[in-house]
Amino acid sequence: MPEVKILEEICKGCGLCCDGVCPVDILILSPDRINSSGYHPAMVTDMKKCIGCGYCYITCPEPAIEVYK
Amino acid sequence: MKLIFGRPAGLTDVKQRYCPGCGHGIVHRLVAELLVELNIRERAVGIAPVGCSVFADEYFNCDMIQPPHGRGPAVATGIKRARPDCILFSYQGDGDLAAIGTAETVHAAARNENITLIFINNAIYGMTGGQLAPTTLPGMRSTTSVQGRDIVKQGYPIKVCELLAGLDGPYYLVRCAVNTPKNIIRTKKALKTAFQNQINNKGFSLVEILSMCPTGWGMTPVQAKKWIGEVMSKYYPLGEFRNLAKEEK
Repeated sequence: MPEVKILEEICKGCGLCCDGVCPVDILILSPDRINSSGYHPAMVTDMKKCIGCGYCYITCPEPAIEVYK
Repeated sequence: MKLIFGRPAGLTDVKQRYCPGCGHGIVHRLVAELLVELNIRERAVGIAPVGCSVFADEYFNCDMIQPPHGRGPAVATGIKRARPDCILFSYQGDGDLAAIGTAETVHAAARNENITLIFINNAIYGMTGGQLAPTTLPGMRSTTSVQGRDIVKQGYPIKVCELLAGLDGPYYLVRCAVNTPKNIIRTKKALKTAFQNQINNKGFSLVEILSMCPTGWGMTPVQAKKWIGEVMSKYYPLGEFRNLAKEEK
């Protein structure tokens, strides 16, 4: 089962990974969490759907996303 | 569980100080991945530009030099000639490569110097506050062209790949973008070809990359990503402009 880990302190909440990049559309910007830089980090809504394609990692400028398989 | 995608060893642990959604971070990561994949990190020397990525020496986990504004190709030429075993890459923006450094770029290309140039085209001067750059599109607004770029007053943009394709010297010229996963994968392929050309002593390679500057363009990162696909890549068509490897076959 693939797993996506968001490094919340590195994420700048740009939202590039959340806009149609994920083929199963499970990434959103967290509405209630906030990191020490003041950004809303990305979060995964349903980890079971993840297929481990790595498109979120490829798109992330930081990179604040790690994919495990 | 095994890590399949994660921070490459070619990047340091320093947190990058770019704006949210900036394309620099993506290109940094692609270059860092290739330094590891091609096993050239120990002998790579990077040239940091003047611009937002002036701190690239803190981000890349290889030897770096920060020359004066626009002199990247000249400094790279010097190091390559003194130490031919080093792999040189000059990472430059449009203010650095296409404005103050045009002479160095054109002459390095004409001499077919065995170096790799990475040209980040974001159509604006990002670091100094979004002023008109040589690559700003006609009609595009910037802080020094608030009515949009007027081609009568400010002239036409410089298309660097097309300009250098008019010379006999360059070995590999390509334009890519980092707006979609597909284009990012293509960009990585182009960068890999550019590094391999240098390893095989083929000559001058330039990879132009259309990159987002959401802050300079006054857009959200997602709007900026779409703008590259809908507007910018129409004016700056993507693709190869010179690949002598194909002609040699």
